[in-house]
Amino acid sequence: MRSVALLQRLLHLVPVLFGVTVIVFLMMSLTPGDPAEIMLANQNATPEQVASLRHDMGLDRSLPTRFVTFVGHAVQGEFGLSLFHRRPVAAVIAERLPATIELSAAALLFALFMAIPLGVVAAVHRGGILDRLATVGSLFGVSLPGFWFGILLLLAFAVNLRLLPVSGAIDFAHQPPGLTGFLVIDSVLAGRMDSLGNALAHLLLPAITLGLPMAAILMRVTRASMLEVLRQDYITFAEAKGLGRTRILALHALKNALLPTVTVAAIETGSLLGGNMVVETVFGWPGLGRLVVESIFVRNYPLVQAAVLLYAVTYVLVNFVADMLYTVLNPRVRM
Amino acid sequence: MAELLPGRLARLAALTVLAFVLMAAFAPWVAPHDPGATDLFRRLQPPGWMEEGDWAFPLGCDALGRDILSRIIYGARVSIFIGVVVVLIATMIGVAAGLAAGYLRGWVDRVISGLVDILLGFPYLIFAVGLMAMMGPGVLNMVLALAYKEWVVPCRVVRGETLAARETEYVEAARAIGASSATIMAHEVLPNILSPVIVVATVRIAQVIILEASLSFLGLGVQPPAASWGSMVADGRGYILDAWWVSTFPGFAILLLVLSINVASQAVRDALDPRFHD
Repeated sequence: MRSVALLQRLLHLVPVLFGVTVIVFLMMSLTPGDPAEIMLANQNATPEQVASLRHDMGLDRSLPTRFVTFVGHAVQGEFGLSLFHRRPVAAVIAERLPATIELSAAALLFALFMAIPLGVVAAVHRGGILDRLATVGSLFGVSLPGFWFGILLLLAFAVNLRLLPVSGAIDFAHQPPGLTGFLVIDSVLAGRMDSLGNALAHLLLPAITLGLPMAAILMRVTRASMLEVLRQDYITFAEAKGLGRTRILALHALKNALLPTVTVAAIETGSLLGGNMVVETVFGWPGLGRLVVESIFVRNYPLVQAAVLLYAVTYVLVNFVADMLYTVLNPRVRM
Repeated sequence: MAELLPGRLARLAALTVLAFVLMAAFAPWVAPHDPGATDLFRRLQPPGWMEEGDWAFPLGCDALGRDILSRIIYGARVSIFIGVVVVLIATMIGVAAGLAAGYLRGWVDRVISGLVDILLGFPYLIFAVGLMAMMGPGVLNMVLALAYKEWVVPCRVVRGETLAARETEYVEAARAIGASSATIMAHEVLPNILSPVIVVATVRIAQVIILEASLSFLGLGVQPPAASWGSMVADGRGYILDAWWVSTFPGFAILLLVLSINVASQAVRDALDPRFHD
């Protein structure tokens, strides 16, 4: 039964991924203006050079042909040449990806470590002072513009208190040998504690900035579902059996209350992926988000196109995995 | 939530939102200075209460010597305009699409729901950035870029509510007396599902305002010399060491407005829809 349902959902991915690809392709194709001319603007290109670039980019072919070519190349991870870097787009993106993944993972961890305990405490002490504080805190969390909050954190901790670095992902002197591209992992692998400390110090403020809105939302979800679970009969039964409060919360309530948290966390990765662009710009983080923003200003469209597609596909897959996880964790879902 | 946010707080929030709206509407009369007037002698002048400050420019001046308060007042126009217009357009499209999908079902539902699923595949800001990169900056393009995706939110809500309303007795009754689908959707279903639509719309205005500010911060939104809160924060970034006020006050304006909308919208939600209570 389950494997059939799993297969159905897997098949549902196909039209969604196809549709996403069509939209990304159209985004870059149907807009007014000739990409070749835009790219060669300010370079005193002759009409022949423009025509030659148009041909190289396949712009002289029909839209459906170009779409088929685009998909064929995209499946192989081939997105053409990054015009600004004069290197393949895929290589440029691969170089920047670890920093973005590292930042997103740190933000996700921050959000979960903030949200789950606070949500549980708020639900258990419903209406109390901690609940009120958590509610007000979560309202601030969803209302704070990330780019501004990041600047305030920089002003406080990097500029005034001088506790943390102002920008970048690591200081040059502490750069670990590059094995995976993930600075934290590379530092550990090389046994360089100085690098690890330096990388984590750089990571702290961007991760908090990026994770805060997510923490606010997850806190409210955890609180609401915890309240729901605490009303259930099996909790009353556990209490009647004389089980300790902590034991009930940890073993019986939390496990079930976390299901919605997992689902919403997956949905909110969308805001993490988008927030990367803003947070990386504020903190000078050498990741994909900042690269996309920079690429827009130098009209490096093949890179923007590839990155938008990568973000969307990642998002679709994360949601799919969360959906599966939910099904596996929740015995009540008999698909 | 009602027990946690006393009525007084909700009223205060609603009044704050109203103050922002009035400020935006009457900007030319409220603003002490021309938001675009530069004066290099007042470059990075501190706020009134600081040394070297001047109370004629209470929140200080930016790098071109423009009055920050006046720019914040004019910036409210951009934020509120985009927030309201995007949500309005999105709600109209979303309600129509959601009603059609939920009531008519069949291929109409499959097409609309398929489109919704695809658009949900894009992280919001990424989608907007991709579109803005192609269309170029500007207020109209930003409204389009945000509305293209925003309608999905009311559409899903309306579709769900319509599916439920479809099976109710009053809809059955209307169908029995031979009312057309369009009539039933407009006169029977729509009035009964309006509360959640209004609740969602008020919350979304706050989110759209943050998205607009983020796009403008990245340099993809409203273009200079027009004042937008997001671009004002971006302008001030370069002077954060010497002039903290340039970035701080516009960002605070965003926080205050968005927070007030969020608090006020919870009161709206509690008033309109008892199901949302904890």
